[in-house]
Amino acid sequence: MDHSHAMAGHAAHPAHIDTSTGLDSRKMAFWGFIGSECLLFGSLIGTYMAYKGKSINGPYPHPGIVDGKEVEGILNIPLTTASTFILLMSSVAMVLALNYTQRGERSRAFTWLLLTAFLGSIFLGCQVYEFTHFVHEGLGLGTNLFSSSFYLLTGFHGAHVTVGVIYLITLAFLVRAGKIPPEKALNVEIAGLYWHFVDVIWIVIFPLVYLIK
Amino acid sequence: MASTATVATAPHVAAHHGPTGLWSWVTTVDHKRIGIMYGVVSFIWFLVGGLEALVVRAQLAVPNNDLVSAEFYNQLFTTHAVTMVFLALMPLTAAFFNFLVPLQIGARDVAFPRLNALSFWVFFFGSLYLNSSFLLALVPGVGPQAPNGGWFAYPPVTTLAYNPGLNMDFYVLGLQIIGLSSIIASLNFIITIINLRAPGMRLMRMPIFTWMVLVTNVLIVTALAVFTIASTQLMFDRLFGSVFYDAARSGADPLLWQHLFWMFGHPEVYILILPIMGMVSEVLPTFSRKPLFGYNVMVFSGILIGWLGWGVWSHHMFAVGLGPIADTFFALGTMLIAIPTGIKIFNWLGTMWGGAIRFTTAMLFAVAFIGMFTIGGISGVMHSVAPADLQQTDTYFVVAHLHYVFFGGTVIGLWSGMYYWYPKVFGRLLDEKLGLVHFWMTLVGMNLTFFPMHFLGLYGMPRRIFTYADNMGFNEMNMLATIGSFMIGLGTLVFAFNLFTAWKRGKIAGPNPWGAATLEWSIPSPPPEYNFRELPVVRSRMPLWEGDPTKEGGIPHGRRDEDTDDVTLGGAKVATMEYPDDESKMSAHDLGIHLPPPSYWPIVLALGITMVFGMLIFRNVDGALHNLWMGSIAGILLTVYSIYRWAFEPGHGH
Repeated sequence: MDHSHAMAGHAAHPAHIDTSTGLDSRKMAFWGFIGSECLLFGSLIGTYMAYKGKSINGPYPHPGIVDGKEVEGILNIPLTTASTFILLMSSVAMVLALNYTQRGERSRAFTWLLLTAFLGSIFLGCQVYEFTHFVHEGLGLGTNLFSSSFYLLTGFHGAHVTVGVIYLITLAFLVRAGKIPPEKALNVEIAGLYWHFVDVIWIVIFPLVYLIK
Repeated sequence: MASTATVATAPHVAAHHGPTGLWSWVTTVDHKRIGIMYGVVSFIWFLVGGLEALVVRAQLAVPNNDLVSAEFYNQLFTTHAVTMVFLALMPLTAAFFNFLVPLQIGARDVAFPRLNALSFWVFFFGSLYLNSSFLLALVPGVGPQAPNGGWFAYPPVTTLAYNPGLNMDFYVLGLQIIGLSSIIASLNFIITIINLRAPGMRLMRMPIFTWMVLVTNVLIVTALAVFTIASTQLMFDRLFGSVFYDAARSGADPLLWQHLFWMFGHPEVYILILPIMGMVSEVLPTFSRKPLFGYNVMVFSGILIGWLGWGVWSHHMFAVGLGPIADTFFALGTMLIAIPTGIKIFNWLGTMWGGAIRFTTAMLFAVAFIGMFTIGGISGVMHSVAPADLQQTDTYFVVAHLHYVFFGGTVIGLWSGMYYWYPKVFGRLLDEKLGLVHFWMTLVGMNLTFFPMHFLGLYGMPRRIFTYADNMGFNEMNMLATIGSFMIGLGTLVFAFNLFTAWKRGKIAGPNPWGAATLEWSIPSPPPEYNFRELPVVRSRMPLWEGDPTKEGGIPHGRRDEDTDDVTLGGAKVATMEYPDDESKMSAHDLGIHLPPPSYWPIVLALGITMVFGMLIFRNVDGALHNLWMGSIAGILLTVYSIYRWAFEPGHGH
């Protein structure tokens, strides 16, 4: 009787022990979520591409000639290149953070998680500076097609980074408190999936918006 | 509880179904209860949407009618469409997904029970929010402000400059809330189907309904995302002054909206029909006493319909002048969809061929579905011919086509599923005599309503006009359509009466009243809170027909006129089969089965999410009320707070 009871107890947790595929449901759901996110970002990127170069008034993103007059580009490419580099480096920190969580080295995992969040915050700081600067230059949300599609696309990405930073800081303190032992490292792994996805999307956005004229 | 005495009278209803009371429903994470809530709420919205349609038909009954104003007419047809698509039909299918998918695959619940509750509550609040726009009529000096730009909401007519009321704000905000609910729910179902199947339930052993649910939910996750962005852009235009669709100010291209909208809108058609195809594919074999003809082909044609459905959106835009290459591409793609759809139709006929058919109400609706959906499909192929479509665009011909698909297809198929699975959900059979009345009134009514519209369209009656002149030759057929629509309305009232009375007074169903083959019929009706005492081990596609050589061999058996009580299964009458009482009376706790505890964070989080979007409407309200839009920020705080409480809730942790 005791034996059968124990068996029933075992079968009661099928979600993370014996799933049909052997993969954890949360991780799979997260991949599904990323798939949906691809279409969210894809629609915004599609909008940006459809409206690229179609603005009928300035400020324009890139320097060029409009109606026979030379115009300046508003984008600060060196600054954003630097912040892009920082965001990409944060993915390295994320990999290390997961590694130390899986090995159970709590203080190192804590440090690297915080560093990932910190690098993400620098990126966000640059974006806040960029947006404020643009508004001072006269590029409001409704100024032209470029501004609308630019602010919504990069702002949507920035909102994702913000969520990621809060997510990572929360995890960092949970790891330090010993709430995420190695067998629960999946919690950090999923955050890593999210963080890397947000990075990868930026790798698409950055050339499209900043580098291609 | 006072209800104990009544419950104890019927042995089947005595099964342990967990706690009772309103609070237990608010905090439930049980997929069956969530399914019932989806069903009840969306059926009420179906009645509301139907009422709106009846007012539309009453207005159009005679020429030069002034029952409603032109402006209110715009609100009526827009809200009718939005209500039917987003608040009635999609959530009605979601009700079936919720209740049936875990039972069909042999699971105790969905993969993420609390997320499931969240998607219901987000849908619930979102649907109330969208319809609250009508209530503004109660405010002195303000008329009803329901969405009025068509369910497709083409800008620039839906931008603030041309549509300054709150109407389209309710549309963009309400549909973002509801879209979010659909995406969350779909991720949950996809993972449930992929990951929570009982041992031995291989993909190609899944019931066909579950298969179609899987395809549908992949479509929802992808298509709704595109629509979310489109409506976000329109929201920013209307509330924060961006210029995505403000052609006059920025040179914006209104075609962008049309592409984004129909990239969602066309898969949406398949989102509404694929689950129904799955349902009738369960009903037809049961009542033909034969396995589904060509199961594998049915699965693959369903996947193919979903796949092709993603690549044909521009056939809604033939009239905007995309050029011959694009028109040809989308015309050919659209015609291709007729192939997998035709395969399905012939396989349904093949399933019935030579079967011992019993015409229960569920079966009648399923057979009617094949006929009506085929008519809608064929007029769809007519639309796919781009030059012909130029004649049909924006006429009643399109209205006829889409209603044959949505009503003749989706609604008729849904009713088939209702008669079929109602006994599983409530333990009692729906009344077959009332069902017959409902069936004939619906079938005759819908053909009276929608068939004349083909001719009205070809005669040139445009869509979305609130009235027409006397001498156009439209009078008789419009009157006919109106009479038909009220017939549907009466039939639906009979149905509602049937649903309501059978709940307490219907005939006790037993575990498997129809002698069906899939896992949900192996457990008591209604199922106990833990679904399966022990997770089943699956060895074939039709577990309950195992050991019955006649059915396994695909040979029909059983008398054609046998009553439900006399249906045999493996040599025994299904009505006499009983689940051992001592087991079904035991609670999950007694049996040592761990179920996730109830939680109120889903409803709180849903409230937060609704506030984030909902309060933004005050951006477009003048005066002191304007500042209420800051409630959106309060919504964000509530959302974040409930996410944290949710993540650290005991009993759900990982």
